[in-house]
Amino acid sequence: MEWSDSGIVLSARRHGETSSLVMLLTKQHGRHAGLVRGGQGRRARGLYQAGNRVSAVWRARLEEHLGNYVCELVHAAAAGLLDDALRLAALSSACSVVEAALPERHPYTNIYGEFLSLAEDIENGAAWTESYARFELTLLAELGFGLDLSACAVSGETTDLIYVSPRSGRAVSAEAGTQWRKKLLPLPAFLLRPEPAEPPPAEELRAALNLTGWFLSGHVFAGAKLPPARERFLERLALRG
Amino acid sequence: MAGNDIERLINYLSKLPGLGPRSARRAALHMLKRREALMVPLLKALESAAENIKPCATCGNLDTDDPCAICANPERDGSLICVVEEVADLWALERTHSYKGRYHILGGLLSALDGVGPEDLNIAGLITRAGAPEVTEIILAMSATVDGQTTAHFVTDRLKGQDVSITRLAHGVPVGGELDYLDDGTLSAALKARRPL
Repeated sequence: MEWSDSGIVLSARRHGETSSLVMLLTKQHGRHAGLVRGGQGRRARGLYQAGNRVSAVWRARLEEHLGNYVCELVHAAAAGLLDDALRLAALSSACSVVEAALPERHPYTNIYGEFLSLAEDIENGAAWTESYARFELTLLAELGFGLDLSACAVSGETTDLIYVSPRSGRAVSAEAGTQWRKKLLPLPAFLLRPEPAEPPPAEELRAALNLTGWFLSGHVFAGAKLPPARERFLERLALRG
Repeated sequence: MAGNDIERLINYLSKLPGLGPRSARRAALHMLKRREALMVPLLKALESAAENIKPCATCGNLDTDDPCAICANPERDGSLICVVEEVADLWALERTHSYKGRYHILGGLLSALDGVGPEDLNIAGLITRAGAPEVTEIILAMSATVDGQTTAHFVTDRLKGQDVSITRLAHGVPVGGELDYLDDGTLSAALKARRPL
């Protein structure tokens, strides 16, 4: 078995003294692990940093084997972010969430494309925090737990949507939600915009990440805690204010 | 082939870093052939090390004394604390002979994959040390990896409010490094960290 694909490094774990167990998010083969011989070496370690884009060749005798990766660096995203605590935390968080959320060896080309554009936004974009929140929404949708923010679940109204039902994941208008507002999750206005524009206010961003975090934790992670890297990203966002 | 004792010796030796079963067998045989000259002194050294070497309560360095030789040395500059991940990093810095301050060993890096959280690292000890009036600078000497720098940023946050300047090691072109052979990441980090001549 052999295939070539483009991928993003999600994690690299030490395996033995010199090798690494590398997890990639590949375009055609989804989240896929492989052994990298010499992955702990001086030259290879920089390549297998979370967020880096690589061109990968995977080889194994049988498809169900772990197999070996040989990768070539396409873009070192992590290196450019080492000095920026918040963006570095965002990239680590995105990698951890994707690694924990996606099943292995199932292609998610849309998530791959979204992840690529998120990584580019984190590196260079002004509204990257909004892109991050939108990426988690896409992740939920691709995994079958998409939120329906198009109309009010109660009245069908398409305006004045300010809540989301924690059960159904559907938007609720201000008027229809008055009675249950303590139980509903706040819906930040920027998520209703079609495209990222300018960086959202910190409060709205927190609300958006609480919203996606609620559904990721409840549905994708089946009540388990979200990855620590995501928690650290939220802590850092809170520090920024 | 070999007796139980030899097999046991080979088994333990093969658990050492850099030694597989084959090299462990060679090492065992080498020691057995040089029993008096090598094996017995090695045994004594191992016993003594196991009994006497302990982590320094101040910095986490390994030494026979507590505080360790570095912490107890009055010649060392007490205003500088260099934070490193492991004892091996301290040894690496000591080999340079260019740093005369003190150290603090964190005992690892934050790593979601390996389940290492802030509570597993010796950060509380660092904060206490940073509060001492003689300390003026904390140098963060973590590796230039995502985990290393995530830990460095985390430590920086925890040290906010202390009256110390926080610096970190530079990232860039190594001595003897030719640009043509450097990876993209190192080159872009070096470009970002450029300084006027």
